[in-house]
This record gives sequence, C-alpha cells and structure tokens, in this order.
Amino acid sequence: MNRDGIALWLTPFLARPIALAGLCVLLAMVIAAAFAPWLAPYDPYAIDPVSRLMPPDAVHWFGTDQFGRDTLSRAIYSARMALLIGAGVVFFALITGIPVGVLSALFPRLGHVLMRIVDVLMAFPSLLLALGLIVILGPSVANSILAIGAGFMTTTTRIIYGLALRLRAETYVEASRSMGSGTWWLVTRHILPNLISPLLVQASFVFAFAQLGAASLDFLGLGAPPDIPSWGNMLAESRTFITRAPWLLFFPGMLIVLTAFSLNLVGDALRDRLDPRFRDVFGGEG
Amino acid sequence: MSETLLEVRDLKTSFNVKRSGRKYRLKAVDGVSLSLVSGEVLGIVGESGCGKTTVGRSIVRLVQPDSGAIQFRGGDVLGARGAALRDVRLNLRMVFQDPYASLNPRRSIGDSVAEAGDINGVFKSRADRAARIAETLSAVGLEPSFATRYPHELSGGQRQRAGIARAILPAPAVIIADEPVSALDVSVQAQVLNLMMDLRERLGLSMLFISHDIGVIGQISDRVAVMYMGRVVELSDARTILDRAMHPYTRALMAAVPKPDPSQRIVGVVETGEPPSQFNRPTGCAYAARCPLASERCLAEAPLLRPIGPDNRLVACHNL
Repeated sequence: MNRDGIALWLTPFLARPIALAGLCVLLAMVIAAAFAPWLAPYDPYAIDPVSRLMPPDAVHWFGTDQFGRDTLSRAIYSARMALLIGAGVVFFALITGIPVGVLSALFPRLGHVLMRIVDVLMAFPSLLLALGLIVILGPSVANSILAIGAGFMTTTTRIIYGLALRLRAETYVEASRSMGSGTWWLVTRHILPNLISPLLVQASFVFAFAQLGAASLDFLGLGAPPDIPSWGNMLAESRTFITRAPWLLFFPGMLIVLTAFSLNLVGDALRDRLDPRFRDVFGGEG
Repeated sequence: MSETLLEVRDLKTSFNVKRSGRKYRLKAVDGVSLSLVSGEVLGIVGESGCGKTTVGRSIVRLVQPDSGAIQFRGGDVLGARGAALRDVRLNLRMVFQDPYASLNPRRSIGDSVAEAGDINGVFKSRADRAARIAETLSAVGLEPSFATRYPHELSGGQRQRAGIARAILPAPAVIIADEPVSALDVSVQAQVLNLMMDLRERLGLSMLFISHDIGVIGQISDRVAVMYMGRVVELSDARTILDRAMHPYTRALMAAVPKPDPSQRIVGVVETGEPPSQFNRPTGCAYAARCPLASERCLAEAPLLRPIGPDNRLVACHNL
C-alpha cells in the first residue's frame, strides 16, 4: 500500500478521537504482550506468602492475590494470552471461512450443501458450541482457539459467502470469464482482493468477541490451564475473595472490557471507512 | 475483405426465471442468424430485453445457448477446447456497457488491460508486457502512465477507453461492443465512438455493435440488424435501413429518434401498447399486437426473414 493508502485508512481514526483512543489501547496491549518481561515489575509466578491480598499501593500498583503474586505483572503477561487467543480465533475463522464461503459462492451446488451445514452450526449458541467442543477435546489453549473459532467460523463464512456471491456477478468478473479465466484466476485476482477490506472489519469484531469467549472459558475453568496468567483465569481464581480483595476482580475485568470495547471502536471506524455513505466524508475510495 | 469471420446460425438462448414462485422459461434469443464479414461493423439495434445483449454474451460464451451454431473462421466456437478455445478467447472480445462496473477497483489499469494476455500466457517477458500495455493505452488515447493508476482515479470516458484497451490487447479479430457508449455523457459518447471507428480502421477490426440507440448505430455500422423479442426482424445495409425502413417496427424505431427541430413532432407510426410477455410468446408475429399493418395471418403464423426489394434486404413481415 502506498502512502496515500495509509493516509486514507488513518483518516476515519483521526476524524473520530474515540476510535483513535481505541487504536492506542490496542497498541498498548501489543506492546505489553511483546515486552512483558521488561514491563512487568515482578515475576508473575513469584509467590510471596508474606504480602498476600495486599490492596493497591506504591509497591504493588494493582495489589497482590491470595498467593502474594503481583496483580499488575500477571495482568501484563495476560495480554499475551489475550492476543494469542484473539489472533488464533481470527486466523481459524478466516482459514476455514474463506475457502468455504468463496467456493460455495462459485459452485452453487456445493454451496447449497456447505451453507446448510453452516446453518446447522449457526443454530448453536456460540458459547454452548465452545463448551461442547471443550468437553470433547479437553481444556487447553489450542482447544480454546478451536472451540471459540468454530463459533465465529460460521458468521465469517456467511459474510464471505454473501460478498463472494455479489462479486461473482460483477461485470469485471464476467469480463475476465469472457477472456477465458479459470476459477483460480478469478479467486486470486478478482474475489480475494475485493474481500480484504470487509474482512479486516470482520476480523476486528471476531477478535473482540473472541476475547469475551476466552475469558468466559477461562472463568469456567475450561480454557487456558490455571497457572498461565490470563484475565479470565485471574477472575476465576479470585472470585471467592470478591469482598476481601475486590481489586483482584476489578483490574482484569476492566482490561477485558477495555480490550473488547477498543476492538469494537476500531471495527466501527474501519467499517465507516468502507461504507460508501461515509466515503465522501473521509475522502475517496482507496 | 469478404471473408466471413463470424457466423451465428439459428441461435436460441433461454433462461430460467422465477416469478412469484412459478418457474418460467424466458426465451431471450429465439432463432437468430447473423454473419460478420471481415472488416465490417454490424449493428444490432432493438429495445431493452429484445435479446441483443444475449446474442453478444452467447458469442463470448458467457451464457450457454440451447441450440444453434456459432463459427469463428469456420471453427466451432461453442464446443471449442484447448488451443482452439484459447484462439476464440483471444479473438472474440467484449467491451461492456458500464465502465464503472467493468473494471476491478482493486486492480491497476495496466493489470486490467493486460488481463487477456496474462490469462492466456501471451507476453514473452515483463518488459514485453509493459511495452504492450503502454502501446495499447496510447492507441486508445490514454497516457501510458495510466497503467499504474486505479479505476477510481479515472473519469467515465477514460474508464471506457481503458475498457476498450482491454478488449484490443492482444490483437483480436472481432470486438463485441455491448452498448459501449450508453452509460457515457453525450459529449464523451462522440469521442468514444470516434475512437472505436478509428481503431477499426487502424487495427482492421470487425465489430458487432450492440445498442438501443439507432442514431449511434447509424453512425458506426455498415450493416444493421433490427431485433425484436429475440428475433431479427430486418437486416440490411445501414443506409438502406436508415433511409427507407420497411418493417413496421424499424419504422417505429426510426420515427422515435428525436429530431433537432423541436417543432417537428413525432407523427405517423407511433408505438401503441407494450410488447407481449416474454414468458408467453404469441404463436404469430410477436409484433402483431402493436403493428399498424397486422392482419389475420400475422396472429396465426410467425413471419420468416425473406429478401424484399432490390437492396439486398431481409425483412420478417407478411404484409410487405
């Protein structure tokens, strides 16, 4: 993408400060995950029985938990798990949704069958589907990604299917077919390039809801193993101390909300960038 | 000069259409025969839905005809495979109506223009490809630097020039132009028409020029086929048809062309009523319901194209 392109993508964020704030929060999260060992003031696993359940103070900004572990350090390390789960779920949703959606649109008979299967999967509430899969597969980080991803794969596939159906009927696709192009050519040169922008929006929403899904699984003890720091695990472990040490729930809870909210803001801004009705406001189609 | 390049024989194409839960078979093209001689421009004119676009789309194999034959330089088009198909794809090329929809917004103009060559492996090297793109863009009156631009940076006229450039690289024999100027402003229409006539001369192109605008058709065509409800009703030299239209439908079309003088009202043959439903074709002449000459015979028996008069003219009408 050239410089104009980047400027065009940034304008909807600059035009709306709250979307920019969302972008900054996400950036902070990425930095936290990448530089956790340097940013975290303490070892997130270090147990200190002397200073158990300490409220936030100058030494432990976010307080300590029932084992005396530093909550801030654990929260910073949790960003890694959050990003891993989010990216994993987005990756899973796209890697399954793109082929199924695009092929269904291009081959109507196949599409008829595949889309009915997607419909059936869609009929399950996504958390129930995730719980069911975890029960079958057993709890682990990879299985969390798979279980949450299965829920988002269906909506992503539907969106891709709809877009690809529309693209297939475009005149430039007809022009290409009239010149002898095959399926591979149509998909790589005409359909996928036109799917990138709408999928970017979809990815940001999937990322956001995957955070919530992962936190739910962790809270229920069906997600990441309890020793790995994650916001959901922190909530689950400390819920019995809610009256004695509310900060143990407040900080991870707020981080979950903040992350999901920021991703939604960014998704909204990206969608506005792609919506033709807003295009004039932000200047031209990229 | 007089080599027959493209021949369409008794082409029939229909579509399944669902209307209020019931399935219908829509006969878009119902027995059309045309031939295109090397170097000529054959205009196809008719109202919306008469099947003229479907004829063009059948030739480039975007729709599969029910029956009939299409031959290019004597070879079968509809059943072509392998090298023969590649030859057909490269030689029979289409220019589309809407220049805003016919170019992929995510591909550069150069990539769009070179598409046929890329698909069919025509270019020898990257340098060869770039040179051919530049040459083709110049031929349609665009700066070679347009190759790196994207469709949204171009005006409607420029886009249609790019659409034409895409159709002439690499060197086709026949251009099927489906309403190539209908979506353009009148001032730009003239420029694009001039370009097409110019290219026809310079590249020795033959053209099937599809339009609902008999004025545009008269400007560019050597011969004209008038279509109505999926059939050709009159076929002759452009001058013959424009000066002395014979079929009542052609006369109605001619009479409907706006005159430069506003005091000159459209009189005489004025269309009455709508064309009959395409799902339920009358057994007789499809035009009978609107025709001032209609007789008993027209309702019972569909007229066939037959030579009438001295001008090498074919007309499908019982009453001439």
